[in-house]
Amino acid sequence: MTLSNGYPTTTVIGLEVHVQLKTETKLFCGCSTTFGAAPNTQVCPVCLGLPGALPVMNDAAIELSIRAGLAIDCSIPPMTKWDRKQYFYPDLPKGYQISQFDLPICADGFLEIPDPANPEKTRHIGIIRAHLEEDAGKSMHDEAAGRGDTRIDLNRCGTPLLEIVSQPDLRSSAEAKAYLQELKLRMTHLGISDCEMQEGSLRVDANVNLHIEVDGKKIATPIVEVKNMNSFRAVERAIEHEVDRQYDLWEDTGKTIEDETKTTRGWDDGAGKTFLQREKEESADYRYFPDPDLLPIRLPADRIEAARASLGELPAALRVRLENQYGIKPYDADVIVNQGPALIAYFETAGTKSGDGKRTSSWIQQDVMRTIKDREIDIDQFPVSADELGELLRRVSKGEIDNTRARDVFAHMIEHQVTVEAAITALGIESVDDNELESLCKELLDANPQVVEDFKGGKQQAVGSLIGQAKKRNPNANPQVVRETLIKLLQAM
Amino acid sequence: MLDSALEILRLQNDGEATAVEIASAALDAIEASQPTINAFTHVDREVALAAAAVVDAKRAAGGKLGPLAGVPVAVKDVLCTHDMPTTCSSKMLKDFRPPYDAGVVERLRNSDAVIIGKTNMDEFAMGASTENSAFGVTRNPWNTDRIPGGSSGGAAACVAAGTVPLSLGTDTGGSIRQPAAMCGVTGLKPTYGRVSRYGLIAFASSLDQVGPIAWSVPDVALLLQTIAGFDRRDSTSLNLNISRYSDGLESADLTGMRIGLLRESMDRDGVDESVRQATLTAADVFRSLGAEIVEIDLPHNDYWVPTYYVIAPSEASSNLSRYDGAHYGHRASDISGDDELGPLVTTYCRSRAEGFGDEVKRRIMVGTYALSEGYADQYYSQALKVRRLIKGDYDTAFGQVDLLLGPVTPTPAFPLGEKVDDPIQMYLCDLFTVGANLAGVPAISLPAGLDASGLPVAVQLQAPVLEESRLLMAGAAFQTATDHHQRRPSATRH
Ligand SMILES: [Zn+2]
Repeated sequence: MTLSNGYPTTTVIGLEVHVQLKTETKLFCGCSTTFGAAPNTQVCPVCLGLPGALPVMNDAAIELSIRAGLAIDCSIPPMTKWDRKQYFYPDLPKGYQISQFDLPICADGFLEIPDPANPEKTRHIGIIRAHLEEDAGKSMHDEAAGRGDTRIDLNRCGTPLLEIVSQPDLRSSAEAKAYLQELKLRMTHLGISDCEMQEGSLRVDANVNLHIEVDGKKIATPIVEVKNMNSFRAVERAIEHEVDRQYDLWEDTGKTIEDETKTTRGWDDGAGKTFLQREKEESADYRYFPDPDLLPIRLPADRIEAARASLGELPAALRVRLENQYGIKPYDADVIVNQGPALIAYFETAGTKSGDGKRTSSWIQQDVMRTIKDREIDIDQFPVSADELGELLRRVSKGEIDNTRARDVFAHMIEHQVTVEAAITALGIESVDDNELESLCKELLDANPQVVEDFKGGKQQAVGSLIGQAKKRNPNANPQVVRETLIKLLQAM
Repeated sequence: MLDSALEILRLQNDGEATAVEIASAALDAIEASQPTINAFTHVDREVALAAAAVVDAKRAAGGKLGPLAGVPVAVKDVLCTHDMPTTCSSKMLKDFRPPYDAGVVERLRNSDAVIIGKTNMDEFAMGASTENSAFGVTRNPWNTDRIPGGSSGGAAACVAAGTVPLSLGTDTGGSIRQPAAMCGVTGLKPTYGRVSRYGLIAFASSLDQVGPIAWSVPDVALLLQTIAGFDRRDSTSLNLNISRYSDGLESADLTGMRIGLLRESMDRDGVDESVRQATLTAADVFRSLGAEIVEIDLPHNDYWVPTYYVIAPSEASSNLSRYDGAHYGHRASDISGDDELGPLVTTYCRSRAEGFGDEVKRRIMVGTYALSEGYADQYYSQALKVRRLIKGDYDTAFGQVDLLLGPVTPTPAFPLGEKVDDPIQMYLCDLFTVGANLAGVPAISLPAGLDASGLPVAVQLQAPVLEESRLLMAGAAFQTATDHHQRRPSATRH
């Protein structure tokens, strides 16, 4: 890219994504990981780091990490181990964090993402590693009380996080967003994480710098790490801001990566700016060493293969299949896949039963998803089963019920939790006999000579006014059939 | 006579004494010895008597009693107890009352033992003399001008002083065997992983192990039987069946056993003649019991102490980070006056400066340095490599012999204050003991005589991993053939 009146510039972005694993208990103890509990109610001697307490590995976190690694094409080494990362921090009760240093559980993968600059193409983003670590607690600064108190909530201590580190392969904020979307989709699809950014179960740090081409020579600006962003929008805006800021700064100062080590910046969403957090202090010395309280873990090949076999269809393959099998557009397949396995299953059941994938996809995207959103429920709690929805749409496709009436039926089914059949009966919907309909149409034409005249004069749309009347006289009349009957009668006149 | 757990069990079974009577006798003895010996940091008469009364009531009701029913046991103050303070003999933790029991303490309670109190130690188990304690020094019952050894000085001295028959110590580099040797009692460091470390306040996690101290091998076996076994709360705990350690000790037969004598290591400077002689005499005893004695060498012996003094402080520097005045431990009251560091860092710095003693600070500094970027390869990683060589030496040796025999300490107990200002001299006390910790093998210290001034001298037997039974068999045979373990310090003889 070339900035206005500037030199050709390449943006270089690497992302570090912390994904909170969806385990019932913490990484090294039996405490719950439920979000939002009262402060310090989900703690025990182990996660508080009480003197004498020892960590015990939660195997569920290992299993989810293996699945996550396989989902991003990582290799899972035959052995992984635990290291201590030492630093003093109020949120860190042991004075060290149990993490993984030189033998992470996942290594060397990649993520194929749609190329935002070219819809026909994809981009291959390398993944360096993914390692498992425990989360720290949370400090709450009580500024309001005017005493500057800080209270510490250690509920989050020991919650399992998988830190996924990409290669600096991303070239724009749009690519960063596409990468995050694809990553989030895979993690939620496989039940590895909720990826709720508001709850902190997905957190992003972005390493950003520019490669500026000056007279055929490449100059790199100092790397900036923007920490802890809590929305995709923030990531995009922060990167865009950094591109401008770093270019301007380079123009002003001429400082390159050789003049300045990495700095850490935060993101102020309101101001739309990054701000300096830590300036080129010596890089922290975490004094990593193997945690003597935890033994290394062997991950035999058959365990990895079993995990691989259990993954099932990943989102990319699933999209293509839905397009082909149900004849829906890529956009619609994408929307459905993004909703996760439960909704995909719902769609597949309903679509198969209805025999009309397109109609099913559109009903699910509009009627079903709107209801779910309004009622703040999951698809699992949706009152109309996939089978019943499929049955309703089958009837619509066969012309037994028109779309408008079908919506009434659907609303009735949601309200009273009954079958299609029962709802139709309750609403008094009957299929209208052809003869009955024909005599109704004849009556209408007799009563409306102007319409007949207009039609004869070439105004086909004139019949439209009669469809409404027919519907009024017999609510079960299918408008499409009424139109066809009227035209047939008119043409025979 | 309160100096044998087996005898105490018999007295109760025969109706000659109740648990309450035994506990009060122990409590009286502690009270009498405390001003001179200072083996305890905490004793609560009421709590101990109540525990004893529960045992008596259970017995009276015909209930099933545990294997240590009514036996007073002292617990080193590095093991968490929910109903007593756990201080690590540090100002840092002087007010710490854990909300839970250590795994071994749980086992003691389940065996109906009466936990009589917490014993003094070098701060955070760092030291060889029990002079580094925020609760004052412990004195050797054989000669109160002498140190009792360390860091489980209180644990060994309380047995030697005749106050309790059994006590639990911990051994990171010799901290059970060395004080046991200097106090003339029997102490065993089990295989790493044999006994749960849950609730043991960590010094150096990859080396620490809890073990029993008593006068004689059968009592040691009885206590080991109680504390050994798998604990799912400790990931390094071994999930294996344990032997019945007390079985067959009376009829132990050493015929055909090969014992390697670590002769070369005895011939170095600083090893007292009494220690050499006691070891050679012990070898003769074992020979007379049918064992074959062969001379053997552990080639990397010279690297034991340097390797230990890189690995142990490195782990300690990490384990002790949590005592920062914010989460745990002493908090400095005055944190004003250092604007440059800010209140948080000043709290950390002042709290740690005030809360830790010199030896602990020294080791934190050494460990922090050894792990720091640019030095870790030179020190820590190198030490791990040497540790593997040391383990290899043991594997090779145990391919040739069943047990290793050698000294425990270079000298008998030295005078209080003699080495306080010379850490290197103090570290050399671990010369013969740290190998077992680095290799994870079990080792036992057995009383082997008195020197010219009447101070105890001991020998050490080491065995392959999980071969505690072999150590106990050999130890029992040795004690059947000798009476060193029956000598008592004159000052406290009952
Ligand atoms: Zn917990």
